[in-house]
Amino acid sequence: MTNRYPLWKYLVLIVALVIGVLYAMPNLFGEDPALQITRSDGKTPAETVQQRVVELLKQKDIPVKGTEVRDNQFLVRLNNTEDQLKAADEVDVALPHQFTVALNLAPSTPQWLRDIGAQPMYLGLDLRGGVHFLMQVDLDAAVNQALQRYTNEFRTKLREEKVRYGQVKTIDNGVEVGFSRAAEREQAYKTLQGDYRELQFDVDESGGTFWLKATLPRKQLQQIQNFAVQQNITTLRNRVNELGVAEPVIQRQGKDQIVVQLPGVQDTARAKNILGATATLEFHLVNESASNGNVTADTTPPPGSKVYPKRDGGYVVLNRNVILTGKYITDAKSGLSQDTGQPEVDIRLNSAGGDIFSHFTGQHVGDLMAVVFIEDQTDTKRVNGQIKRVQTRVANVINVARIQDVLGSRFRITGLDSPREARNLALLLRAGSLAAPIRIVEERTIGPSLGQDNIDQGFAAVVVGFLLVVLFMAAYYKVFGLFADAALFANLVIIVGVLSILQATLTLPGIAGIVLTVGMAVDANVLIYERIREELKAGASSQTAISSGYGKAFSSIADGNLTTLIAGIVLFIFGTGPVKGFAVTLSIGIVTSMFTAIMGTRALANLVYGGRSRVKLSI
Amino acid sequence: MNLFKRETHINFLGKRNLAYAFSALLIVIAVLGIAVRGINLGLDFTGGTVIEVGYPKPVELEGIRGALDRIGYPEAVVQHFGTAKDVLIRLRPTDEKSDEIRDEIVSALSTQNAGANVRRVEFVGPQAGEQLKEKGGLALLWALGFILLYVAFRFEYRFAFASVAALIHDVIITVGVFAVFQIEFDLTVLAAILAVIGYSLNDTIVVFDRIRENFIRVRKGTPVEVADLSINQTLARTTMTSGTTLIVVIALYLLGGQLISGFALALLVGIIIGTYSSIYVASALALTFGVSKEDLIPPKKEGDEADSQP
Repeated sequence: MTNRYPLWKYLVLIVALVIGVLYAMPNLFGEDPALQITRSDGKTPAETVQQRVVELLKQKDIPVKGTEVRDNQFLVRLNNTEDQLKAADEVDVALPHQFTVALNLAPSTPQWLRDIGAQPMYLGLDLRGGVHFLMQVDLDAAVNQALQRYTNEFRTKLREEKVRYGQVKTIDNGVEVGFSRAAEREQAYKTLQGDYRELQFDVDESGGTFWLKATLPRKQLQQIQNFAVQQNITTLRNRVNELGVAEPVIQRQGKDQIVVQLPGVQDTARAKNILGATATLEFHLVNESASNGNVTADTTPPPGSKVYPKRDGGYVVLNRNVILTGKYITDAKSGLSQDTGQPEVDIRLNSAGGDIFSHFTGQHVGDLMAVVFIEDQTDTKRVNGQIKRVQTRVANVINVARIQDVLGSRFRITGLDSPREARNLALLLRAGSLAAPIRIVEERTIGPSLGQDNIDQGFAAVVVGFLLVVLFMAAYYKVFGLFADAALFANLVIIVGVLSILQATLTLPGIAGIVLTVGMAVDANVLIYERIREELKAGASSQTAISSGYGKAFSSIADGNLTTLIAGIVLFIFGTGPVKGFAVTLSIGIVTSMFTAIMGTRALANLVYGGRSRVKLSI
Repeated sequence: MNLFKRETHINFLGKRNLAYAFSALLIVIAVLGIAVRGINLGLDFTGGTVIEVGYPKPVELEGIRGALDRIGYPEAVVQHFGTAKDVLIRLRPTDEKSDEIRDEIVSALSTQNAGANVRRVEFVGPQAGEQLKEKGGLALLWALGFILLYVAFRFEYRFAFASVAALIHDVIITVGVFAVFQIEFDLTVLAAILAVIGYSLNDTIVVFDRIRENFIRVRKGTPVEVADLSINQTLARTTMTSGTTLIVVIALYLLGGQLISGFALALLVGIIIGTYSSIYVASALALTFGVSKEDLIPPKKEGDEADSQP
C-alpha cells in the first residue's frame, strides 16, 4: 500500500501557509514612532500646514523619516520616541488650537501588503505602555434623574390642565401623585396616560388620599440604563478626542462599566481631568446693534455685553445675561424638519428650564439668540523656554438663530448648514454633561520602557522555548521530528497571521498563550509518532504504520484538544482584559495546531515516504 | 533516540492505594495552607494600589520605607521586584483618590532618590476586585461543568467523575502551592489554572482513550491489568508531551519577566501535578468507581473506522 494525499489537500495546506505568511509579515516591519496631526473638524490638514510642520522640525534638528496623509490625518514618521516627544511639543506649540497633535505608532508596512489589508497585530497596553481606566456608571442615579424629570413634567402638565393635585413624590422605579378626590385622580389619569404611554399606571388609596402611581416597566428601566451607559460612552469618546490620543479604546464592559484605554498616554492626571471635565452650554441674546459691521476680537463691546468668537470663524457681541444654561437640557436629537426638510436639532428642557425659557422668549420674539458652548481645553504653550500645558476655559458661539415664537420645554434650533452640523450640535448639546455619574474603579498605568521590556522578555521566552522543543523533537523522532518542527513553525506563522487578520490585541498573557500552544502543539505529533512506533514494533509495514498511526491517534487528539478548547472558551467568556488575550491565542493555537500537526505532518510524511513500498522510516 | 527501549510493564495501579494516600496528603497540606496561611490574593482581587519603580542602581528598601513613612503611609508594603533595582510598593484599598496618592508617593520617591522612575501604577477599586473574585470562581465552575458533560458524553459518566475529581485535585494542589509559599495569586494565575485544567484533562483523555480501546481489543485481563497496560502504552507519549510543555513553561518562567512569573509557576506546578493525576487519580478512580468492559463497548464502533482519515 502507499500513502498519498490528493492534490487538493496539498493546495489547502499551501494556501493556508501563504495566507498565514502574508498576513503575519507586517509584524516583521515594526512600527515607527509618529506624530498624528488632525483637525478638529475632521478635514485633512492643508498642504501649507503640512509644509509648516516639516519646516519646523527641520529647524529644530529633528530628522523626519517620512510623511503621509491617511484617513484625513497627517502622519509624520520619526526615528525614535525621544524625537517623537520633542517634536510633539514643538508642533503643538506652533500650530493653532484647531489642530490636535497625538503620539502614534505608525506601522511601516509596505504598500503592497497594506493593499491586501495586512496589518500588524495590535499591541495591548502592557506591551506598548499607556493608561487603562475602568469606570463604573451609576445607573441608580440615571434612573433617579429620569424619575425627577417625570415628576417635574407631571406637575407642569397637571397645572396646565388645571387638575388640583397634592403631593408628588418619587417612589421605587416610579412616581406617585396624591389627590384629595377620586374624580381629580380620574381626570389626571386620563391626561397623563395619553402622554406617557411608556409608563404603567396604577391607583391606590390610603389615609384619605387617592394615589395615582406611575411606574417604569422593566423594559423601560433597562432602556434608560442602557441609554445612560451609551450616552456616557459617546461623551467620553468626545473628550478622549480632545486628548489627542491615537487609537483609544472606549468600550462597554458588562451592564454598567466602561473601559477606557489610552495607549501612549503617561500623564494620567491630565487624562482624568479631561475625562471628568464638564462642558456647559449657555443661551445669550445677541446684541444686534453692536454686532452689525465688522466685529473683531479687539472690538470694545458696549457695557453689559461681551465679544464671543464663533466656532466657524468671526465674532459676535452677546449680552452678558445668561438666559439659560445647559443643565436644563434633558435631551437633544438631530433630524430633518418635517415642514421644510432642513436639518434641525430638537431640544428638550426640563420643566424649570421650560418655564424660564417660555417666559423669556415670549418677551423677545424676533430677536437673535446665540448658543454658547463652553469647555475646558488644554493648550500647550512655551513659558520661559519651558513647554507647559495650560488648562483654559474656551467659550465658542455654536449657533445664532432668530426667535420665531414663544419657546417652551421643547423647541428646535434651525438654520443649520447640513445634517452633519445638526448631528454635531446635538452631540455637543448632549455631551455637555454625563448622563449619569461615573466613578473610576480601576486604573493602570504602564510606562513605555516597561512595555518594551515585556515585549523583549516575551519574545525571548517564545524563541528559546520554541528552539528547545524543535531540537528535542528532531533528536527524538529524527526525520519525523523534522516534519513536526516544520508544522510547529507553520503553526506559529499561522497563529500570528490569524491574530493579525482578526486585529486581535496582543498582550503579555497572549504571548504566554502562544508559548503554551507551542508546547502543546507537539502533543498531537507525539501521539501519532508513538503510535507509528508501536505499529512498527508490532510488525506492521512502513506504510501501514503511518496510516494506522495517524488514524488511531486521531480520536485522542480530537478529544484532548476539544476539552482544552472548552477551557479556552470559558476563559474567553468570563475573562476580561489580559485573560481574554490569553484565551484568544490559546483557542486559535489549538485550532491551527490541529491543522498543521495532523494534516501538515501527514502531507510531509506522504510526500517523503508515501510513494515507496519498502522504506525504512526514520522515526 | 528512544527513552523507553523496551516496552514498560510498570504496575502503576497496583500501588493505587499508596497514590491515594500521597494525593490525600498533598490535598491536606494544600487545604491547611489555604485555611491557615490564606491565599495571597493579588491586586486584581483585593483592590488597592501597586506602584512599580525602577532605579538606575540597586537600592535599599529601608530608605524607601522611611520616605513613605514620613508622608503617612507606614502600612505600605515595599519589596524588591525581580532585581535589586526594581521596587514594588503596595497599598491597601482606600477611599482616597488614587491619583492624589500616586502623586504624593511619586514626589516623595523622587525626593528620596532622584533616579526613581515610575514604571507602572495600578489602582483597583475594592468593588472591582470583589466582582473579579466572583467571576473567577464562576469561570472555574463552568469549565469543570462543561468538561464533566463532554467526558460523560464521549466516554462514560464514571470516567467523567474520575476526570473531574482529578482536575479538582490538580486545582486544589496548585492553589495550595501558592498559599503555602505565599506567592501572589493574581488574574494571570487564575488563567494559568484554567489552562492547567485543559492540559491535565488532555492527558487524562489520552489515557482513557487507550483504556477504552484496550477494553474492546484485549479479551483477557482484569480491568486493573487492562488499565495498567494502557498507561504503559501511553507512557512514552505522556513523558514526551509533559517534557516539551515543561521546557517551554520553564523558558517562560525564567525569561518571561516578573509580570508573568506567577502565571508560569502555576503552569509548571499544574503540569507536573496534572501528569501525575491523570495516571494515579483519574485512571485509578475510574477503576475504583467500577468501570468495566461492559460499560465501554459502544453500540457503534467508535474511534476506528469513522475517524481514521485525519
